[in-house]
Amino acid sequence: MSQAVTSWNRWPVFRDQTAIRLFDRAAALPDAGGHCIARGNGRSYSDVCLNDGGVLLDTRGLDRFIGFDPGTGVICCEAGVLLADIVRLAVPQGWFLPVTPGTLQVTVGGAIANDVHGKNHHVAGSFGRHVLRLALRRSDGELKTCGPDLEPAWFAATVGGLGLTGVILWAEIQLLAIASEQMELQSTRFASLDDFWAINDEATGRWTYTVAWLDCLARSRGKAGRGWLHCGRHAAASARGVGRPGRSRRVLFEPPLSLVNRASARVFNALYYRAPRAATAGGHFQPFFYPLDRIGDWNRLYGPRGFLQYQCVLPPSNARQALPVILERIAASREAAFLGVLKTFGEFPAAGLLSFPRAGATLAVDFPHRGERTLRLFRDLDRIVHDSGGALYPAKDARMPATMFRAGYPRMEEFMRFVDPMMSSSFWRRVSD
Amino acid sequence: MSQRLKKVLVFGATSAIAVAALRELVARGSSVYCIGRDRARLDALLADLRVRGGPSRVISGEVAELLDTGRHAALFEAAIASFGQPDAVLVAHGVLPDQARAEASVDAALVAIAVNATSVVSLLTIAAGLFEARGSGVIAVITSVAGDRGRRSNYVYGSAKSLLSTFLQGLRLRLEPAGVRVLDIKPGFVRTPMTAHLPQKGPLWADPGPVGAAIARAMERRSGVVYLPWFWYWIMLIIRHIPEPLFRKLRI
Repeated sequence: MSQAVTSWNRWPVFRDQTAIRLFDRAAALPDAGGHCIARGNGRSYSDVCLNDGGVLLDTRGLDRFIGFDPGTGVICCEAGVLLADIVRLAVPQGWFLPVTPGTLQVTVGGAIANDVHGKNHHVAGSFGRHVLRLALRRSDGELKTCGPDLEPAWFAATVGGLGLTGVILWAEIQLLAIASEQMELQSTRFASLDDFWAINDEATGRWTYTVAWLDCLARSRGKAGRGWLHCGRHAAASARGVGRPGRSRRVLFEPPLSLVNRASARVFNALYYRAPRAATAGGHFQPFFYPLDRIGDWNRLYGPRGFLQYQCVLPPSNARQALPVILERIAASREAAFLGVLKTFGEFPAAGLLSFPRAGATLAVDFPHRGERTLRLFRDLDRIVHDSGGALYPAKDARMPATMFRAGYPRMEEFMRFVDPMMSSSFWRRVSD
Repeated sequence: MSQRLKKVLVFGATSAIAVAALRELVARGSSVYCIGRDRARLDALLADLRVRGGPSRVISGEVAELLDTGRHAALFEAAIASFGQPDAVLVAHGVLPDQARAEASVDAALVAIAVNATSVVSLLTIAAGLFEARGSGVIAVITSVAGDRGRRSNYVYGSAKSLLSTFLQGLRLRLEPAGVRVLDIKPGFVRTPMTAHLPQKGPLWADPGPVGAAIARAMERRSGVVYLPWFWYWIMLIIRHIPEPLFRKLRI
């Protein structure tokens, strides 16, 4: 049955896709009669989990835990288990995700295939660095078990491999010991990018988690690059339980037009920048890591045309020069840049051949999709990123040209040898042609 | 009145809805004994439940072909040997037969009735005796909205489920004075492997997770007929009352 399936950002929409749900990790892949790609919970803002004219192997039926040792924090589960399921199970027993993206609504398989990162990259690296074992089902029926010390070439191809090496069936992950659900938090306002660099260098030395929010619409002299640097660490056992997870809400309907527009984004950004915040505070981990998980179906706010994110990484040598140019270009575009996020990555070697996280600074900005004018801005940004030796994040990309991918992922040729002949995605056809 | 179910015996435990119900039961503190048909799938389920339940629960089970009604009494005994007298029994096994095959083959039709109905009658008769003698217990059976009215496209399946619903209606009247609750659980369209050949899209389709969780909650406190999700009560109320001449024309 063909059905319209999109990613979380709701663009592009492909109508000619057949979804087959996988339930049994012991079974061979279904004979789908066409090229396939694994799809987890569909939370990428990308076509990495879309396959126009082909088959989606929906892994949400592979949702079993296989083992958990509360003594060592090693958890083994099927690929369709959500990070939310792991947190619900492990946190009461003193364990947390070693690396967590900004939502818990992603599958373990998706976290590995996109080698996701979190606010602690500077101390922990990417998600893939904490995977001890994984099993891969190839389309010829072969089951490949690999890890950093077992078939490491297959492991490096599969971590960040965008599902192209086969279907990840299960994985074993080393969790992080925590003493409390509470966090120690610190928020610092900065008025310019220069200020950001100064306080960020100091903060990454002292804090486990750091991330900056940027006001990408502030343009007038002295305001460009203003924002907040949020830092956190897991609290000690003695921390009192002051912070609560908070209430969840839901966006109940889809507005006919994006509610995120230049005016609303400008108001939000200005209020967010001016909001009084205690310099240091305590709080529950939930709102610190997953603020948007409390707003169900928030992607509806962008209306039927969806949204696009531009997420790039810039190498350390060029980041300080290129970032102001990018921000200037975004502000000049008159696009409704919303939720600008800036984070510096650590020096860890990449876990996978196609891993996005690498030393430098990463900027992510959401835009309502306004068609050609938004895409034109993205092409302009591509030039800046390309000339700085940077790269774009496949999991957040729905439009980059092949040249951009090749420039950002020099190990692509090496990776190609591991691609399963039956696996392909709309993303992959776009960047490998 | 809500009753904590400490020990639950589940037949057809590896079916998608039963898996979801088991996860909720274990999360709520139940120990469980699971009967499934396939060794690998049952083992995967038990491992999953052990992780979710932690070491304080008894999580075990065995492989059985439930068409073999001669083994049913022994399965109850094995469960009792494993964790003691169950507080509740959930019967969740069933197949959605290929209607065309069941129309063309007497054997296929009778097997569909045996799997979906008579094997369940056997289990219910044993469970009823056990709970009636003890004066407590919960019996829950997953039937289907398909049992509410015979339809052109699935009347073999529907009639088997209808047999169960009628059986449960009477059983409830028999056992309620003895303090035993009897639940007839009627899910609508649920995205499971059993229905994987259907489109599974649209507002009427539900995921097994919430349906299973609702079953676990219903087992703690409800009696009678439970439609899941709730709106199926109203849909089936209408469908049951459409006059036959009109129903014939609607082709639903």
